[in-house]
Amino acid sequence: MRKFKENLSGRIFFILALSSISALALITVFIFIKGVPFIAEVGLFNFLFGSSWAPDHGEYGILPMIAGTFIVTFGAALIGIPIALCCAVFLAEIAPAWLRNLFRPAIQLLAGIPSVVYGFWGLVFIVPFIMNHFGGPGVGILAASIILGIMILPTVISISEVSILALPRQYKEGALALGLTHWQTIRSVILPSAKSGIVAAVILGIGRAVGETMAVIMIVGNAPAMPRSILDPVRTLTTNIGLEMNYASGLHEKALFATGIVLFIIIMILNASAQYFTRKRSF
Amino acid sequence: MRMKPQTSEKIAKTLIWTAALSVLVVLVAILVYILLKGLPHISWSFLTEIPRSMGREGGIASTIVGTLLVSFVAIIIAVPFGIGTAFYLAEYTRETMVTRFIRFSAESLAAIPSIVYGLFGLSFFVISLHIGLSILAGGLTLAFMILPTIIRTSEEAILAVPQSYRETSFSLGGTKWQTIRKSVLPSAIQGIANGIILSLGRCVAETAAVFLTAGMTLHMATSILAPTRTMAVHFYLLAMEGISMDNAYGTAALLIILVFIINVGANAFVNKAMAKGK
Amino acid sequence: MKIEIQNLNVYYGEKQVIQDLSLQIPRNEILSIIGPANSGVTTLLRSLNRLVDLTPGCRVEGSILLDGESIFDEEVSVTELRRKVGMVFEIPAPLPMSIFDNIAYGPRLKGTKNRQKLMDVAEESLRLAALWDETKDRLKMPAFKLSGGQQQRLCIARVLALRPEVIMLDRSCSGLDPISTAKIEDSLVQLKKQFTVVLAPHNVQQAGRVSDRVAFMLMGKLIEDGKNSEVFSSPKDQRTNDYITGRFG
Repeated sequence: MRKFKENLSGRIFFILALSSISALALITVFIFIKGVPFIAEVGLFNFLFGSSWAPDHGEYGILPMIAGTFIVTFGAALIGIPIALCCAVFLAEIAPAWLRNLFRPAIQLLAGIPSVVYGFWGLVFIVPFIMNHFGGPGVGILAASIILGIMILPTVISISEVSILALPRQYKEGALALGLTHWQTIRSVILPSAKSGIVAAVILGIGRAVGETMAVIMIVGNAPAMPRSILDPVRTLTTNIGLEMNYASGLHEKALFATGIVLFIIIMILNASAQYFTRKRSF
Repeated sequence: MRMKPQTSEKIAKTLIWTAALSVLVVLVAILVYILLKGLPHISWSFLTEIPRSMGREGGIASTIVGTLLVSFVAIIIAVPFGIGTAFYLAEYTRETMVTRFIRFSAESLAAIPSIVYGLFGLSFFVISLHIGLSILAGGLTLAFMILPTIIRTSEEAILAVPQSYRETSFSLGGTKWQTIRKSVLPSAIQGIANGIILSLGRCVAETAAVFLTAGMTLHMATSILAPTRTMAVHFYLLAMEGISMDNAYGTAALLIILVFIINVGANAFVNKAMAKGK
Repeated sequence: MKIEIQNLNVYYGEKQVIQDLSLQIPRNEILSIIGPANSGVTTLLRSLNRLVDLTPGCRVEGSILLDGESIFDEEVSVTELRRKVGMVFEIPAPLPMSIFDNIAYGPRLKGTKNRQKLMDVAEESLRLAALWDETKDRLKMPAFKLSGGQQQRLCIARVLALRPEVIMLDRSCSGLDPISTAKIEDSLVQLKKQFTVVLAPHNVQQAGRVSDRVAFMLMGKLIEDGKNSEVFSSPKDQRTNDYITGRFG
């Protein structure tokens, strides 16, 4: 009886694991099955490098959306990453204990705020500010970059902090014992040793920015055209799906799945490189 | 001329403090703004009445119920599979190419944007499986979305259980299953619960994957096969279509309060786990 | 003989940690297995209750007989074996539960549910491990709150609660203060009346104090074994002599 139970528990866990993995595989397979025929029909080149997205006229070029995604993400990284790294160093090295105990839950809360709330806050706070001070429609690359810059903070902060805290104490103590100041220790010993973890954090933060949908829909302007300035509205890959999926059918629907594939591949590449850097962590 | 170490130390630390405090300021700004504008609109009738005329009047009761039901379905489905997979990976297999592949897949799928899950849910659950826009379809989609997270957090919690607990249990004549149930699970349960609670937070906050799969109707849900609108989706529509800013703020404030409560709950679990470990 | 080990070889992957080891362990005696670090002592103990099975890549050859029956036999239940051959580890490893639940852990796995029965077992085991007087009023207390020495005695009591036939202690006193060590050694001398004790002492002195027989291991090989008095007064092998007189390494 006991032996039977023993085998049974193993088998049940195996079945659960197998189902989970099949479920996850299903998503991948399904997205590709739906999207790949479309790419075959329209042509990979026309799809990726076509500059006009007009489903009503049968034009399915997503170059503007790829460009939009890259520009907005780049802006978000430019704004968010330096701040996030400062915060990670602050949390791991500088903050007094009481402030750290306040700061960590605060970062967690920042991660928990629904993306629609971020988008909305951007709409009522950031967009008017841009309109008044820089001109233009307000919604667009700059607004989306600022909000996404804030939204990626928790990801980058927590993963970098963990990789800094994972360093052996001796590194820091050794450097301080050599007479280096605290900042010199941070800059010349701690940050270089935690480098691969921090790089992974940055990549995952970028992935977060690429994948965000709702906040971006609300403030990016959504015009499927090539931007000329950072105040121009653009459309990203995610918002392209979010905006049109509800009413799309036929070829149009398949085009959105194909957009999903592109998004999927970008995220997979980012994620694989993040994992590469996480594993490389060596000390 | 080289800067004196003391000077560069001062500059660097000032910069870091400024960055850190500005993040706190932004967080407070968002919270205070939403809460100040929203709290005055939260009343008993706001919580208990069904929205009328597209949400311009009335409360948000049906969206609260919708949010809870969709999240509940997601958690109920994802938790057994997630925890089971985690135990399988952590306890029943040796490190092989297969386990590494499974881990890599889970890790990667945790990073897939929620809109892609929505895309999948809409065409698979809603259309291919003929479930239709419904609480069930929304819950299933969210279950797929949070599954990788639950696998990962649970596995971390299980691996954090000291190996000595397992060896002790085995050395006292425990079978694998007894060891897992009586020795590993009780020690890992808080970490696992923490992951589940945070996943619940993601479900409550999720918009993109839900509006494509659970629908947008404002009627009170009557069964899990009925469509519903969640609070996050309701808020989005109220704000974006300019239906009612007052009710939008009220809904947003309620969402933030909910997320806050969920976070506090998760932290309570972690603290309890740490207290027990001492 | 309680345990007979014949031509035992243990490998971790490519590395051989025990080489062609044969040893007899008589019942109702304390056998000390001494040797410098990485001599294979721990591996030997972990082979006796097949805890090595848990180590990935571990391979065991040769035979180990408990009461004349091979412990590697298909018929043998590993869990049954581990109940008969109890083990106390180097680092006290109380499970995160109360003192009582720690002791009841093993009997409960076996299916004992009766509270009174468990209580009786707990009292008896704690008395044998010389811990009863210190803990009888606070059995519900988390085991973590005990001192290191008390935790280790709790671990001994936990093994005793299974009424084993053999008790193995793997350097179990290495982190303890002299008073706790003395208490454990006293109870070991009591225990050998009922059990067979295999001890990996944390130093040579302990072996000298408590054991009836001594076995000396070096680099995975058994160098010599015999009665305590014989090995300590006139070791046959030069290396044994060097080790016990502290001239080693």
